[in-house]
Amino acid sequence: MSDTRSNPVDKRSSPVEKKIERVGVYVCHCGSNIAGTVDVVDVAKWAGEKLKHQGVVVAREYKFMCSSLGQELIQKDIKELGLTRVVVAACSPHLHEKTFRTAAKNAGLNPYLVELASIREQVSWVHSDKTVATAKAKAVVAGAVSRVIENRPLDEIKVPINPNTLVVGGGIAGIQSALEIANAGFHVYLVEREPSIGGHMAQFDKTFPTLDCSACILTPRMVEAGTHPNITLLTWSDVVNVSGYVGNFHVTIKKKARFVNEELCTGCGICQEKCPKKVIDEVYEAGLGYRKAVYTPFAQAVPNFPVMDKENCTYFIKGTCKACEKFCPTGAIDFKQEDQLINVDVGNIVLATGYDLFDARRVSNYGYGRLPNVFTSLEFERLSNAAGPTSGNIVLRDGKTTPKNVGIIHCVGSRDKNFNNYCSVICCMQGLKFAHLVHERTGATVYNFYIDMRTAYKAYDEFYQRVLEEGTLFVRGKVAEVTNAARRESEKGKLIIQVEDTLAGKQRRIPVDMVILSSGLQPRYDAKEVGKMFGISCSTDGWFTEKHPKLDPVATMTEGIYIVGCAQGPKDIPSSVAQGAAASARVLDKILQKEVTLEPIKASVDHEKCSGCKVCNGMCPFNAIAFIEDDKVSDINPALCQGCGTCVAACPAGAISGTGFSDAQIIAQIDGLLLRNLEPA
Amino acid sequence: MTEQFEPTIIGFTCNWCSYRAADLAGTARMKYAPNVRLIRMMCSGRLDPTFVLRALSGGADGVMITGCHPGECHYIEQNYKALRRFILLRRVLAGLGIEPERVKLVWASAAEGVRFASETTAFVEEIRKLGPLNWGNQGKDERERMKDENSSFIIQPSSFEKEVTL
Repeated sequence: MSDTRSNPVDKRSSPVEKKIERVGVYVCHCGSNIAGTVDVVDVAKWAGEKLKHQGVVVAREYKFMCSSLGQELIQKDIKELGLTRVVVAACSPHLHEKTFRTAAKNAGLNPYLVELASIREQVSWVHSDKTVATAKAKAVVAGAVSRVIENRPLDEIKVPINPNTLVVGGGIAGIQSALEIANAGFHVYLVEREPSIGGHMAQFDKTFPTLDCSACILTPRMVEAGTHPNITLLTWSDVVNVSGYVGNFHVTIKKKARFVNEELCTGCGICQEKCPKKVIDEVYEAGLGYRKAVYTPFAQAVPNFPVMDKENCTYFIKGTCKACEKFCPTGAIDFKQEDQLINVDVGNIVLATGYDLFDARRVSNYGYGRLPNVFTSLEFERLSNAAGPTSGNIVLRDGKTTPKNVGIIHCVGSRDKNFNNYCSVICCMQGLKFAHLVHERTGATVYNFYIDMRTAYKAYDEFYQRVLEEGTLFVRGKVAEVTNAARRESEKGKLIIQVEDTLAGKQRRIPVDMVILSSGLQPRYDAKEVGKMFGISCSTDGWFTEKHPKLDPVATMTEGIYIVGCAQGPKDIPSSVAQGAAASARVLDKILQKEVTLEPIKASVDHEKCSGCKVCNGMCPFNAIAFIEDDKVSDINPALCQGCGTCVAACPAGAISGTGFSDAQIIAQIDGLLLRNLEPA
Repeated sequence: MTEQFEPTIIGFTCNWCSYRAADLAGTARMKYAPNVRLIRMMCSGRLDPTFVLRALSGGADGVMITGCHPGECHYIEQNYKALRRFILLRRVLAGLGIEPERVKLVWASAAEGVRFASETTAFVEEIRKLGPLNWGNQGKDERERMKDENSSFIIQPSSFEKEVTL
């Protein structure tokens, strides 16, 4: 080799004293996933020949390395050939690194002496030319072989798991999750932003396809959660800070001032009766009804203590009134109450933060907000709810006229390139439910305007058939416009739905009295900030990203944090409940293990080399680095170190080393990827 | 026929964002230029500028550094440190007579597989325009040596065109 330059950072430049490792290279076909684009036989043969001097003693290829037979192959070689290092050229380490590390461990090799070369996600799946892909795969394998030689055996770090759990969001998914964990005997902090738990489900009248009364099935669960000895319910509260890691999260919760003393309040409701100030309820009643300035959002609220709305309370605005205080029989009203910060330590966190309804105003051609008798789905839920502002009478915005014709428009804001590309899952069934309710209660003619009917899952399509048989009319086509500009006598005073009936191949104008927009679901407006606080990511659509879309749908890339319900993506009630329970199983699994294994990726300072310059001190956002005045050197607290390696890169003296990602490992990998390791140095 | 120059590029990726973006590009079968070979680190903050120099002196024609978007670092703010080092490094490179454009910083979140793929392909094109990084005779030898080593490493020009369509 012509390269004779000496490089100060080259820690491999002393081949004399180096013990030659015995490396095994295993190239996976992954069926045809890799073998279809990469000549795996050639890669293995090449590695066996060209990297022999590096210590490669065996290079094999196998159909599925991750199968038990594939793992046994490696284990056998470790034992029989005395391998000291293993390289598996297969999929991304995020998928199977653990599998192969465990296999090596079971064969007596330190798990951190195994390196994965990603030749599927980074090679075979992203390139199509076999020659090019095979060449790149060889380089990737060469990089991994060079790197693995520099790997050092590491000991796993085990830390105890705090058995408490935080559940954020008290909708049905969060309630289910909290109850499952609490019933297993572990403590749960259930935090809800609104004054009561219940979420969107508490607003609904009926649930599809069984037409169960939503409140009747939900409120027993709410009460159970509210009274459970293992659940600390914190409503009207926000999580404001999260730190720590799996097993040991520190969470700060802001409990907003209710101005009602929860110890004294009996929930009698007299304050609400006497409060003179009426406010439009934008949250629970979707803007259709009123509440008082001191209020519980609905009769079955859990907890049943009211909340004072400071923005609208006459006392807070004008300094006089205090009607609620005068009439409260227990003296529970407390105008001096302040926001409280509560710190809790938990081992696991379940996020069930739900969804926001798509704002139908954005589809201006459907006239919501401009044409009074265009309603959103949530407005209609309140309209049809017996506990709602009209006591369940389906009437127009004037509050008295019963509609004779009703149009239900599907896919509002969903499956639409202008808004959201995704399908909101629940809107078809919701539209059918509305059609049934309108038909049953008013006898009106109902039109459903749909792009495709999507009624998958148990008993859903049967419900569709039922609604069809009831006489609801279905028009296949995306509605162009809802207008009140009549062209003929019969259209006067009506809302006209302009639509292309794609089955009849005709443009149609259908006059109706009421239009219901089956709006889609979208991520919470603050999902991104919430995700950032908990250290998880959002997809391009804004939903929280799961660890694996199929095999790990409730876990996230951050260990100890789980996502359930609509926070993860649009879904119906049964799916939300299933996810809530699934996440609990994962949490209980963690709690019962009593301790968690952390990656031993940490930085440490070689005090002999440290000059005490303090450059690293300012680099650490976790305050893990402290300067020891007596010795005039810096030192890293391994309990606080998160392993990012920034200080390792910053140290001008090279005194800091990072396990798992050492300078020697990375430099060796660079050289390997550039094929500088093909002949003895 | 003039042979199209196929640059060799080393890409440094963050375990939490860009490496996952690369995984996502793979899962979604997005096609991108095959010239980039990736190294995973826990954070872009781990990037010691000497790694970049090592790659450039060892035969790479360009280096792509990728990390989480500003404000989205898994370690709170370490990507800002990568940004600082990147800016300083580009100045140093200019001083060494190397085009600073040979080193690029790309932010890509775990969800941005498309961005990762398109930025990679774009960077390969940029380096292709700059041409090989000539390290005097030594670099030339290195290149010759690599050519002789295994002729399959020379990428056929026509094959690449197909790769860039996303």
